[in-house]
This record gives sequence, C-alpha cells and structure tokens, in this order.
Amino acid sequence: MSGIHVSTKINGDAVEYVCDVEETLLDVLRDKLGMTGSKEGCASGDCGACSVTVDGRLTCSCLMLGAEAQGREIGTIEGVAKGTELHPVQQKILDNAALQCGVCTPGFVVAAKALLEKNPDPTETEIRYWLAGNLCRCTGYDKIIRAVMDAAAEMRGN
Amino acid sequence: MARNPDADNAPVKKEIESPTSKYDAEKAASFKVVGSRPARPDGMDKVTGKARFGADMVMPGQLVGLILRSPHPHAVIKSIDSSEAEALSGVKAVITRDDFTPNDDHADVLYNIMAREKALYEGHAVAAVAATSRAVARKALKLIKVDYDILPHVTDVDEAMSPDAPVLHDNIITRGVSPTPTKPSNVVARSEFGHGDIEAGFAQADEIIERSFKTAATHQGYIEPHACVANVGTDGMSELWCCTQGHFHVRQVCASLLGIDVSRLRVTASEIGGGFGGKTTVFIEPVALALSRKAGRPVKIAMTRDEVFKASGPTASSSMDVKIGVTKDGRITAGYGVFRYQGGAFAGAPADFGAMSAFACYALDNVKTEAYDVVTNRPKGAAYRAPGAPMSVYAVESVVDELAARIGMDPIDLRLKNAAKEGSKSSYGPKFGSCGLVETLEAAKAHPHYSAPLGPNQGRGVASGFWFNFGGETCSNLNINADGTVTIAVGTPDIGGSRASMCIMAAEELGISYDKVRAIVADTSALGYNDTTEGSRVTFSSGMAVIKASQQAVTEMCKRAAMMWDIPAEAVTWEDGYAKPSGPNAGDFEPLSLAEIAATAGKTGGPIAGHHEYNADGAGVSFGTHIVDTEVDPETGKVDIIRYTVVQDAGKAIHPDYVEGQFQGGAAQGIGWALNEEYIYGDDGKLQNAGFLDYRMPVASDLPMIDTVIVEVPNPGHPYGVRGVGETGIVPPLAAIANGVSAAAGVRMTELPMSPPRVLKAIDDAKVAAE
Repeated sequence: MSGIHVSTKINGDAVEYVCDVEETLLDVLRDKLGMTGSKEGCASGDCGACSVTVDGRLTCSCLMLGAEAQGREIGTIEGVAKGTELHPVQQKILDNAALQCGVCTPGFVVAAKALLEKNPDPTETEIRYWLAGNLCRCTGYDKIIRAVMDAAAEMRGN
Repeated sequence: MARNPDADNAPVKKEIESPTSKYDAEKAASFKVVGSRPARPDGMDKVTGKARFGADMVMPGQLVGLILRSPHPHAVIKSIDSSEAEALSGVKAVITRDDFTPNDDHADVLYNIMAREKALYEGHAVAAVAATSRAVARKALKLIKVDYDILPHVTDVDEAMSPDAPVLHDNIITRGVSPTPTKPSNVVARSEFGHGDIEAGFAQADEIIERSFKTAATHQGYIEPHACVANVGTDGMSELWCCTQGHFHVRQVCASLLGIDVSRLRVTASEIGGGFGGKTTVFIEPVALALSRKAGRPVKIAMTRDEVFKASGPTASSSMDVKIGVTKDGRITAGYGVFRYQGGAFAGAPADFGAMSAFACYALDNVKTEAYDVVTNRPKGAAYRAPGAPMSVYAVESVVDELAARIGMDPIDLRLKNAAKEGSKSSYGPKFGSCGLVETLEAAKAHPHYSAPLGPNQGRGVASGFWFNFGGETCSNLNINADGTVTIAVGTPDIGGSRASMCIMAAEELGISYDKVRAIVADTSALGYNDTTEGSRVTFSSGMAVIKASQQAVTEMCKRAAMMWDIPAEAVTWEDGYAKPSGPNAGDFEPLSLAEIAATAGKTGGPIAGHHEYNADGAGVSFGTHIVDTEVDPETGKVDIIRYTVVQDAGKAIHPDYVEGQFQGGAAQGIGWALNEEYIYGDDGKLQNAGFLDYRMPVASDLPMIDTVIVEVPNPGHPYGVRGVGETGIVPPLAAIANGVSAAAGVRMTELPMSPPRVLKAIDDAKVAAE
C-alpha cells in the first residue's frame, strides 16, 4: 500500500498530507489532521454527522476519499466560527437549545450554513428537506428547525 | 425502582422506604434562576466541534482494536486458531475467550462481550486484535480461523417459546412457574402483577375487547457509535476513556471482568453522543482493556454502525394479549394482559417493566398482568428509554381507545374517568403519591389541537403513558473558588443538558448568578460511586445532591462570616448570595457576599466546599398524554404525522428548554418505532437492515413541529418538586399513533411498525372482510 500525497486547502489554510488509497476524507480529517469536529456516525452517507463542504458544495466526508481532496477547498466545522465569533447558525442553535447530546450538531451547522448560503430565505419545508440528510436522535428536529429559521432571519437582517 | 433492567448488571439494592427529601413550597414560590433558559455550559464546544466524544480521544502510541464477530446466529465454537494473526507484522495482541476467566458476578456480560462455548447471535464477538493500523488489524481478523458447528436458531419470541424451539442455554430453567420445569427452555422467567379478581371484574363489564399485538425490536439509534480508549499501565494502573451513561458502572464491571481492584481503574466519561439506555452497559470496554494489557500499549476501539446494530443492545420485540372490560358509562371493570418479550441471547428482556407499567395509568379494582422474559438468537438487549413500557402501553391504550369508540365516549373522558391519582393503588403494587395524570389529560383536552378539524384520510389518536423514575446512589461535590465562582462535580454523564440544570440549582440555592457556576462530570477517581444516568434520575438525584451540597457550603460560609464578625454562627443567615447578621446582631455589619467570604477563606479556615452522598428515593412518577394527527395514503399505506402535541408532568421544569427537548425527542423516537423502525431478520437468522438507510429513523422531513405542554405537579420527594422527564415521553406515542392510524384507515392496527406495506395490507384485508 503506497501513500498518496495530497495538497489541499482546509478552512482556507494550505494543507498537505499522505494518505492511503482507501482512506476517506473523514479518516484523514480525524485521524491524520486531528480535526475531530466531523463525526463518524455511519460511514455510509446516511447520517450527515461528517458533513463538510467541498468547493462550497455540501458533502459527506465519509463518502469521499482523502485522495480526492487534491486541489479542492474543504470547509469543516472547525472553520465555521471566526475566532470566538460564532456563525449565526451556531449562535441560534445555542439560543434555541437545539442540541442535546450534540454529536450531530457539527454536521447540522455545516449543512445549515450551506443551505443559507444557497437560499437565504428558506421555508420550513425547504429546511426540513435540506436537512433530511442529517440525523438527530435527541431533539425531534423541532428546535433545530427553529434555530435555522432564526439564523436565516438574522442573516437577512430581519 | 426502575433502573437498568439488565439483571446481570444490576445488583439488588436495598430500597429506602421514604423519600430522601421534602418539597419546599416556600422556596418554590420565589425561584429566581430555576425555570429560566440560559445557554448550556458545554454548548459552545458542541456547536464548534471542539467537544470530545468517545472516538475523539487519542493516547500516545495507541493501537487500533478490531473485533471478529460470528457470522452465524447460533453455533458451537469448536476452536479458534489465532496463530497466523499473531504472527502478522504490526499485530500486538490477539484475545479470545481464553483471555477472560469465568466470572460469576457478571457471567452474562462476560459471555456477551466475548463468546464462550457458543456464538449466540450474528455479530457475537469471538476474538479481537490490536494492531498498529486499521489495515493491519483488518488483515489480522481475516487470519483468525474459527471452527464453528452451526446450530438451528430462533429469533421470534413466540417461536422461541414453543416446546420444539432450539434452546440457547442449558442452564435456563423457567423461574416463576409451578411446578418447576425439568428441562431447559428459552423462557427465563414468568412474573405476575396485579390485584383484585379479574374474572369478577369482567363479569361486571358491558363491553369486553380482547386483542393480540406484536411490536418489532428497535434500536436506540444514538448517532455516536460506542468508542473507547483503554490504557493498562505496566504496573496495572489503568485508565479508560469511553462514551457511557455510567462510568462508575463501567469501572465496576470492567474491574471485575479483568480481575483487578476497582481503585486501579480510572474511568473518564467522554461527551456522549446519545445513549437512551443503550450505553448503560459494556460491550467493547473490557475488550479494549484486555487488549491493552496484553499489548502493553493504549488501544482504541470504535464500533462501526453495522456493529452497533448487530452487537450492541437494541430493545425487545414483543407479542402481547390484552383484554379489558368496561361498563356502558365508562368504568373499567377489569384489565388483563400477557406480555412476552424477547431480549436477545441473554436473560433480561424488560417484560416485567412492561407488565408493571401496562395499566399504570388506571385506578383499577381488578387487574392482572403476566410477563415472560424470553431469549432468542439476537444481540443481548439493553435498556431503551422507559424499557418495556412503550409496547405494553401500546397494547393497553389501543384497546382502551377501541372501547371508548364502542361505548361512544370521548377517549380522554374515558381515561379521566379511570385515571390513576394520588392514593390509587397502582397496577404494580404501591399506592401512587401526588402525580399529574389527570392534569395532563385535562390539559390535552383543553388544547386547541384536540378540537382542530381533520382533513380527509386523517385520524386523531390520543394515549397516556407512565414511567416509574428512579433515584439511586449519588455523590456530588461543590467547591467555592477564591474568586467567588463555583465548580460542581457530578458523577452522572450529561446526555441532554443536565449540567445546565445543575448550575441552575446551585445558583438558585447559593443566590448567585448562573454564569458564576460551572458543572463538570468528574471521573471515577474524583467522587464516590454514582449510579448510571438512567431511570430519568439525573436532574432529580444529582440535582438534589447539588442542592444539599450548596446548603452545606452556605452553612460553612455563614460560619466564616460569623468568625469575621465575631458573632455566633447561628446569628448569621444567608440571603440572595450574602451572609447577613440576624437576630440581635441584625444590621450591625454590612452583608458579606459569597465572593467576599471566598476571597478570605484562607484566613478563616481554608477552602470552602460542600458535598453530598446518598441513595436517593422518592423519585416521583411521571405521566404524560399525547395527541397526534395522522394521515394515511390509501394508495400506498404511507402514514404522515400531521400534528403532534406532548403534555407531560415535569414536577418542576428546572430548564424548560431541555424538558421540552426530552418531550420532543421521546415523541420522535416513538414515531419512528410506530411507523418505520424494526430489526428485520431473514430465515438465515441474520439481520437484514444493519444500517441507517434500511433501518429508517425519522429525518427532519418526516416530522412536523412537536408542540409541548409542561404540566407541573410538584414531586413531594424533591425540594424543588422535580420529577424525571426523560423516559415517559416515549411511552404514549406508539399507542397514540396507532389509534390515529386506525381511525384514519378504518381498521385496527395491531402490529408495529405501521410501515406502508403493513398498513396497505390491513386496509386491503379489511375491504375483503367487509365484502
């Protein structure tokens, strides 16, 4: 098994690593780069806990090989807040108590941020379908949906 | 009562006969912090991805641990040859059953974490390796040769009870039947609960309905797979990091299985990514410790999702018969139920809890329930939120709903007429203390949801439910820091925001602001034994320990103030965060704040702290009533949840956001259980849907907003009136939804989940029957 050299950008920073061909981007983030904010809930693209953006597009990092990050721009949960300044989605999740155990939360933050960048004024139904790829077992989604609606309103300046 | 039903894990504890504490109505009338909704202390770390869960820990030099699992549902393990795996470069340890000595205290747990004579279910661990990389560990697993002698298997509860079923264990002789059987079977025990004379009761009834029901096994479905890192030092001093609901329990069981002193094992509970009862026992932790001991290096094991489904602990599937009689004016004259639960390959299906809670919502003169705990070739079950109750209550509440329709009575009115209340003799024995079922029923009836119009193909269902709640062994510390802040250490892992509640209660008691208090979950070396986060006990028990520890610290601070003023300690009172001189000294000195007393503590006797350790009793039951509107597509059988309202008694909501969260989460899990989730076994005894794509939990687009109504009937056994709220919320949904779907489809649904094919078949069968 020979390693593959990869040059990529993660949260705006140039990053280089050597990975095995079979390693997923999630494996690389967690095990090689120490970026454990992305979680492995299923490794099959069904739970969304490992959500990242690749060139701005929402992706399950467990469904992408580490080698495929070559030349791309990856965005992870670690890059969402700017220092101590939370993104509105993060702040509204806190304000709405929209988490219980919190293991799905990074995935929801990344996914909801990607939604609001694409659609600043989503309906409740649009939010529910966009986030249908992110499983939460604790909350019944109620407070998460409200948090995303609040964040959207704030970002629109309402 | 009502702790982890895992009999093997749960040593019998001496029950305390009276509540540990009493409700303080005067205090409750002037709450300043309790009932507010501040941000949780661990929130920032969780929205930024910094919180460290089970799989997020790395220890220097750690190895990767993987487990080899049986592909067969039932097979004798004739031999295991691991020599080739051991010889592979990079492999540092291989363990099998031979690496664990028999253990009488935890025999089933040991057998479950590493198969002994037989593999008892597909996914049963048979060997484990620790290697320098995942790739090497995977290769090593393939090199382990296991010689199996395949046996016939059984996965269905009714089939497992039949006399010609394959028998899993030679040593299971059914308990609770007379005469004692002479031969082993899969029926572990029969138990019976109730009072009165049901035959006489049925004789008084005008209408009697008797029906049989089945429910599928479901999984807790926590998003975080089990994960741990174990490190056994050269001198045997060991540490374990793991996601668990109960690290003290983990320590006790692991120390026993490894044959080491409890003091030599320090367990740290990571942040936990959901548990719902499924993380109240051990699976991989003793394996990781045994591998680490053999390899001399730290070992991390993280389950895959496939392993979580096949080899952690789902809940029971059930087969049930319920018979209820009622008079024309709505008095229930008798209730009878038989509840057969399979709990996987070992004893411990929560059939007794099912039988005890089945009729708990009703004050009945004549009631009898029978419970059968049955083993099958499935993974050993673990607790799942109100273990055993959702199924039995589904059966009872379905029949109650049908009886209400039969006698032409509103289903809430029928429940109100028969509702359990303070002083009622419960169907499982004790008399109820103050409780809030009637209040939840009245609130549900008054809720706009209950009178809203329905559309075509829609049906409304209601159901009530109950959970016992639990107190248990608890130990908490509270330290007053020199800068006037406060640190609380509790021993109960925080799954749903309990640290916020602890901070609220300490702030309330000390009279300081919430942001001056921080709560942490301490490791096993820092506190006395704490029971697991289970039985909806944490806000009740750890909360009460925090309140008592705060009171102790207040007493000490008053003493210090007295010393500073040179007056008797009794002449100092504590008010809103200040020590004040009282009695003859009132007004003689300026009040001293907590921060001022803390700042000079070094000169008045040293650090100021409070602690409390006890076995909490008086948990106080919690009742709830749910309303749901369902819509059934007559073409496909698909059910949509149109509207959902949860009404539940919280006693007192310390942090209402997280109380609502428990209500909503319980309802959502119940919706999944009612409509889609099930363990599907093939004829080969193998699980066919061990992944989130095929084991279909509710996603955001499946659900509406879930309305909540917090009813507050104070628990007389808690100073603030708190009742546990975590579990009751999953009890009514199965029944409420089944009642709604039955109304919408025009046919009684007697089997869960009500997946589209099953609903369509029921509709078609009803049409055929009508023709």
